[in-house]
Amino acid sequence: MQGEKRVKLMQGNEACAEGAIAAGVRFFAGYPITPSSEIANIMSRRLPQVGGKFIQMEDEIASIGAVIGASLAGLKAMDATSGPGFSLKMENLGLACMIEVPLLLVNVQRVGPSIGMATSPAQGDVMQARYGTHGDYALITVSPSSVQEMFNLTIEAVNLSEKFRVPVILLADQVVGHMREKVELPPYEEIKTSYRIEPTMTPEEYHPYKGDERSVPPMAKFGTSYHWYANSSSHNEDSFQATSDYAISRKLIERLTYKIENNKREITKVRGEFLDDVEIVVLAYGCTARAARGAVLKARKERIKVGFLRPIVLWPVPEEEIGKVADIARAIIVPEMNMGQYVHPVREASKGKAEVFPLCKVGGEPFSSWEILEKIREVARGD
Amino acid sequence: MTEEPSLSYLVNKYFYTHQFPTMWCPGCGNGTVAMATVRAIDRLGLDFDKTIHVAGIGCAAVAHWYTTFTALQTNHGRALASATGIKMANPELTVVVTMGDGDCAAIGGNHLIHACRRNVDLTAIVYNNFNYGMTGGQVGPTTPLGSIASTAPYGNLEPPLDLCKLAEAAGATYVARGAVYYVRELIGLIARGIKHKGFSFIDVLSPCPTAFGRRNKLGTPGQMFKSQKDLTVHIKKAKELSPDELQGKWLRGVLVEREAPEFTEEYEKLIAQAQRSE
Repeated sequence: MQGEKRVKLMQGNEACAEGAIAAGVRFFAGYPITPSSEIANIMSRRLPQVGGKFIQMEDEIASIGAVIGASLAGLKAMDATSGPGFSLKMENLGLACMIEVPLLLVNVQRVGPSIGMATSPAQGDVMQARYGTHGDYALITVSPSSVQEMFNLTIEAVNLSEKFRVPVILLADQVVGHMREKVELPPYEEIKTSYRIEPTMTPEEYHPYKGDERSVPPMAKFGTSYHWYANSSSHNEDSFQATSDYAISRKLIERLTYKIENNKREITKVRGEFLDDVEIVVLAYGCTARAARGAVLKARKERIKVGFLRPIVLWPVPEEEIGKVADIARAIIVPEMNMGQYVHPVREASKGKAEVFPLCKVGGEPFSSWEILEKIREVARGD
Repeated sequence: MTEEPSLSYLVNKYFYTHQFPTMWCPGCGNGTVAMATVRAIDRLGLDFDKTIHVAGIGCAAVAHWYTTFTALQTNHGRALASATGIKMANPELTVVVTMGDGDCAAIGGNHLIHACRRNVDLTAIVYNNFNYGMTGGQVGPTTPLGSIASTAPYGNLEPPLDLCKLAEAAGATYVARGAVYYVRELIGLIARGIKHKGFSFIDVLSPCPTAFGRRNKLGTPGQMFKSQKDLTVHIKKAKELSPDELQGKWLRGVLVEREAPEFTEEYEKLIAQAQRSE
């Protein structure tokens, strides 16, 4: 891996696995499920080569459970799944939020509900990624649109997870997971990686759930002189039970949310194009962003004043960036491969300043740029 | 035999006394199991920093609220899955898992089977009280046939699981059963389980006078503890008894103890092999 960058033809799932290795992930637990299985297959071969560990657990619940354990013991850890598996992860995803364990969970989305279509793409898990487990919490969700991003954003997702002691979801889809594209791999030693902040105070002064100035508590790995208790029940700063103390429980839940919402500047990532002097903006993410960008380019050739906005981090919502677009444009079109999910936070962030049009497509067939172009024309005509 | 350490030494070293009193009802067996576990750990002289406690949810799984070990409280039933990750990530750690019978054998049953089969060096201690105590005495996978429970008001129709037979069949390399009445024996069983290289499973019969005993008219907590003399028989003594005499009795002692490749050690070999062939 020394020296020069390498250019390779890679599959999206392969790039994700390689990105994880480059990010320093050294533990993977998983369970076979289409269309994410290649990630597990590759990790089972790659991890031992770099001294890491792979285990195929007995079910989806156990695999994220093992990932939580490995992360507590000090390894950067990940799991990958799809639809039905993602649903099963929800219980332990909540545990990871509550006890503030960094981990990467990849969801290569397929058509649902239930077993749906295992080999066809969808974007139906956007709301589940944010609100799927019970109770109040916040987490980070990242949406790749290309094979290169399956590599780059996997690294960023791991870094964000470590920085904020929070599970991060890489919300891919069957298209970006399975397609093959050119990928540039930088020398791994040049890649910026993060590791959770560890306590520097004495064990006696360590409060495992006392946030720092960013609301993120330092994290001691299991097996050191910092004895602490990763507590799935409501807990105080010293991790003791606070199951009948409203004030402590409230403070905890608020901190879990604010550590993400208040650090949005560091987390948010959007890509905008042609956003000066536009009347219409197409906002899209994941595989749909590819067709959406193509549609925008075509529409601009037809002299329609249309721009393009792609949230790369879906959750937390880039409200400020969407708000700025709503100030300029009169309409925002949100194409997505679901019955209308991300259109809701977009509408909320637009605060009525721009009219927000959903463009829904379900059933497993990806958008063509022509379908999105037709919607742009329709909105441009004002009918 | 070495002298047992004093209670005050154990309490000061291994318990957060400011968390007392415990949430366990008067007469519950769970405190005895927790103390036996602490005594076993102390007897083995384990590295205090490297001894990790993992628990599920329920009356059994609250021992770590009071103990000073680094601990993880998972979701209900998931303790063994996370314990597997901890041990794999750092095989130097001693990982002790506490679960209740419903936690371990109902909602966590799949994890139990595969933990036994995989033979990761974990010690699983099941506080078996024949019902879901914390939620008010519902029927569980170890509730005896015919017993009354809050969700079996006309008597339990489901034959119970023998957890030790399940663990043995699934491949656990150390299987033992203890009972709180025989506390010295229990300390030894736990210590031996922790020392054992591989997956150790210890089923501990622990009376629940409040939720199970009262409903089934099993007498006072003292009577419930004492009844373990009649309900159990040590495996050595069992060899002298006829099948008729053994009818309805739980076997105590070490039921299985065998050597087999331990998973994390095998994985280290796999890493070495993968790095050679790279």
